[in-house]
Amino acid sequence: MMPRAKLVAQKREAAAALLDGRALPEGGAWATKARNAAEARLREMGLPVKRDEYWRYTDPRRLTDANVQPGKLHAQDDETPVFDAVDRVKLVFVDGVFDASASDAPELAGVEICHLAEAARADLHWARDLFGVLEARGQVPVARPLASLNSAFATEGLLIRVTGKAEKPVSLIYQRKDPAAEALTHHVIRLEAGAELTLLENGPVAARYNQVLEMDIADGAVLHHVRAQGRDHERAGATHLFARLGAEAQFKSFTLSANGALTRNEAVIWLDGAEGSAHIAGTTVGDGAFHHDDTVFINHAAPRCESRQVFKKVLRHGAVGVFQGKILVDQAAQLTDGYQISQSLLLDENAQFLAKPELEIYADDVKCSHGSTSGEIDQSQLFYLRARGVPEDQAKLLLVLAFLAEALEEIADPVLAEDLRGKMEAWLKRRA
Amino acid sequence: MVALDESQLREGVDRETVETVQSMAGTYKHGWETEIEMEFAPKGLNEDIVRLISEKNGEPDWLLEWRLDAYRRWLTMESPDWAMLNIPEIDYQEQYYYATPKSMVEKPKSLDEVDPKLLETYAKLGIPLKEQAILAGVEGADEGRKVAVDAVFDSVSVGTTFRKELAAAGVIFCSISEAVREHPELVKKYLGSVVPQNDNYFAALNSAVFSDGSFVYIPAGVKCPMELSTYFRINAENTGQFERTLIVAEKGSHVSYLEGCTAPKRDTHQLHAAVVEIVVLEDAEVKYSTVQNWYPGDENGKGGIYNFVTKRADCREARAKVMWTQVETGSAITWKYPSCVLRGDDSQGEFYSIAIANNWQQADTGTKMVHLGKNTRSRIVSKGISAGHAQNTYRGLVSMHPRATSSRNYTQCDSLLIGDKCGAHTVPYIEVRNASSRVEHEATTSKVDDDQLFYCRQRGMDEEEAVALVVNGFCKEVLQELPMEFAMEAQALVAISLEGSVG
Repeated sequence: MMPRAKLVAQKREAAAALLDGRALPEGGAWATKARNAAEARLREMGLPVKRDEYWRYTDPRRLTDANVQPGKLHAQDDETPVFDAVDRVKLVFVDGVFDASASDAPELAGVEICHLAEAARADLHWARDLFGVLEARGQVPVARPLASLNSAFATEGLLIRVTGKAEKPVSLIYQRKDPAAEALTHHVIRLEAGAELTLLENGPVAARYNQVLEMDIADGAVLHHVRAQGRDHERAGATHLFARLGAEAQFKSFTLSANGALTRNEAVIWLDGAEGSAHIAGTTVGDGAFHHDDTVFINHAAPRCESRQVFKKVLRHGAVGVFQGKILVDQAAQLTDGYQISQSLLLDENAQFLAKPELEIYADDVKCSHGSTSGEIDQSQLFYLRARGVPEDQAKLLLVLAFLAEALEEIADPVLAEDLRGKMEAWLKRRA
Repeated sequence: MVALDESQLREGVDRETVETVQSMAGTYKHGWETEIEMEFAPKGLNEDIVRLISEKNGEPDWLLEWRLDAYRRWLTMESPDWAMLNIPEIDYQEQYYYATPKSMVEKPKSLDEVDPKLLETYAKLGIPLKEQAILAGVEGADEGRKVAVDAVFDSVSVGTTFRKELAAAGVIFCSISEAVREHPELVKKYLGSVVPQNDNYFAALNSAVFSDGSFVYIPAGVKCPMELSTYFRINAENTGQFERTLIVAEKGSHVSYLEGCTAPKRDTHQLHAAVVEIVVLEDAEVKYSTVQNWYPGDENGKGGIYNFVTKRADCREARAKVMWTQVETGSAITWKYPSCVLRGDDSQGEFYSIAIANNWQQADTGTKMVHLGKNTRSRIVSKGISAGHAQNTYRGLVSMHPRATSSRNYTQCDSLLIGDKCGAHTVPYIEVRNASSRVEHEATTSKVDDDQLFYCRQRGMDEEEAVALVVNGFCKEVLQELPMEFAMEAQALVAISLEGSVG
């Protein structure tokens, strides 16, 4: 067998080995149909391996291995948890399982919240038009088998439907109790035309987790998504965010990542309606055994849309930062404005930054650009601050925060932005 | 006044423009064929063909073994599928791997004995092979600038000019088959040392069946007294051209090398899989310029050359410098990534590229800058232009290894789209494995600026001319890196390649 066919066979065998003897969760008609389809997709694609072009910079073994590597729980310290400054509806997951008793009542005007486990038992649910559907669409042009694995087996997650302007953010909090738990969570979020929602996520989730978010943002709807991944240093996780935007819809997603042994965050965005706007941003602060991968795919499928990707990474002591970002502009998407920047600041000689920023453009009247830089702290800037009497540690901190600021500006709510900035500063100080 | 056919006209385009465009659409100036008696090896590829090629070239056993090794490795390899190219399946058994003009079977002893038809071919292409016909250089200069030429016709080198003058300087410039005979120790030492036999599918194929190409050796401390040039011509039908170029620049030497290529118009596709290896030693400098103008196929995508080329320079020692400049206007499909391995400390690599794809052409081209030594520097400037139904991709790698501290890269790749049926793509890989290196990458994609076009049109230029001028402006940073003769040719080529792309 020639090498390529052999690789495909190996990947399929690995998927079959993982699936054998593992029954799909029980459920109603719609859920069973979606899960069967997802399992078939996974068998066809096979499990990801490092030799896949798409996993070139991140070794997926820890995410696909039959055994979950246990991760030490983070010792609580006196730092205030993230987002505490914001009035919100708190929904708590413990090791990936929804805990109603620890959560607020899921009641919010204009917002309908339902537990996946419960909805999956029903024969019919609005989520059937989205659950596994956006994920399936996201398998082109590259396979994302971990997302199909999630659609097939996830029983935990929330189905959130927003019909008006949500008066408070919905906040998903992921706590860890079991040092060796694995979590599969799958959320579906549907914003009806003109609806508005802020969705917050934070917490370490589990020793290993696989999360899928499917978001359908109808015409004129606005979704703000802010998440903070962090704390426990030994956890490993893969997340997939699939979002479809209607005409004049807006989507902003920001992710702060601190710590974590291995994180792969994938975002797949379709701008399906004219004049939609999608901003995907993130800051990563990594220290030590830390591998963080942001993989973003934005498809401009309609005219006059705008997209921005802003990713900043500060790395040291062997930390590895990966950015793979792609803008695909269809022939129909004239007058597209696409922008992408990925930058890393390497604080010592052992850190690494690996990037593949791509443009694929089939329309001629577009404005698309990307930039990517990597380097150490600018010595002249450091000198400037030192010359003005700022001690070296503080000067470096200032420069690191200034470097991260451009990504934080992508958070629409200044209170949330300031909250995360403060957390990042505290993290940097602790590790200085 | 003759009535205008409205369907053919767009606002602002007069009839004359339309007619010019129509008459020129798909023009390819070098599409004729030389009728000359050829000797072919049997069609198809197997070990016997490899042996035959080796025998025809009178090669020593080690080279035959080397070729066979490459062939056996090739059999276990697959054609690369990662480029953004739609490559129809190639039947490697339907090609001729060796074709030589009959008159060359018995090697002529001097250019005077070469078939006049062959010399005419090159004269028609504007390439004088006769030594007395020195290329005119800069106007007003006391002495014309000299360029030594090695001309390769299908599989064999037909002649190399200025040999005596070069020999006096110690420079060896000859066909690679001749180098195997005359300088076996040099060939054995360097052949495959930059691009190993199993480097990739097409390099393996080339290693097995390469028939000729150029060999350049610049001794230590020598600044090559003139520019060296190889001119490649594919003439015979169904014949692949697999040339191999090897350039060795010893310590402190300096050479500028030019390469040009053309082929006749044919309905069928032809394969060109070349390998260029450059070894640059301490303080040496090599400048390699290419104007690639293989037949691109007609305006419906019929015919054209498949250009699958591996080019790599190895800056082996400190302060070595290499510079690739390419103007890619031809070929139906281009798969080409001239690369620099910056092994020596303080070594330097540069890559300047213009890639134009019109009609149904597909180009996937770029560079690799592999930084291994300390304080190494690289610079990439790439300009891609897509028109018609063409797809044009820049693909590049910048890799800073852990040991390559305090290194520097700057990359700029700009794409220009003319029309809404073509595509422009950018696929850079950036791998930074140390902190003190600085890497910057910028890329933009846009269309030809309407204001600039309007400005030119207002001053009486027709739309074609205006586009050509704007595009030449867009490419300026690269054009100015080309040697003089090439710069003029390239500028004209830019305009010709875009003919038929507007209106």
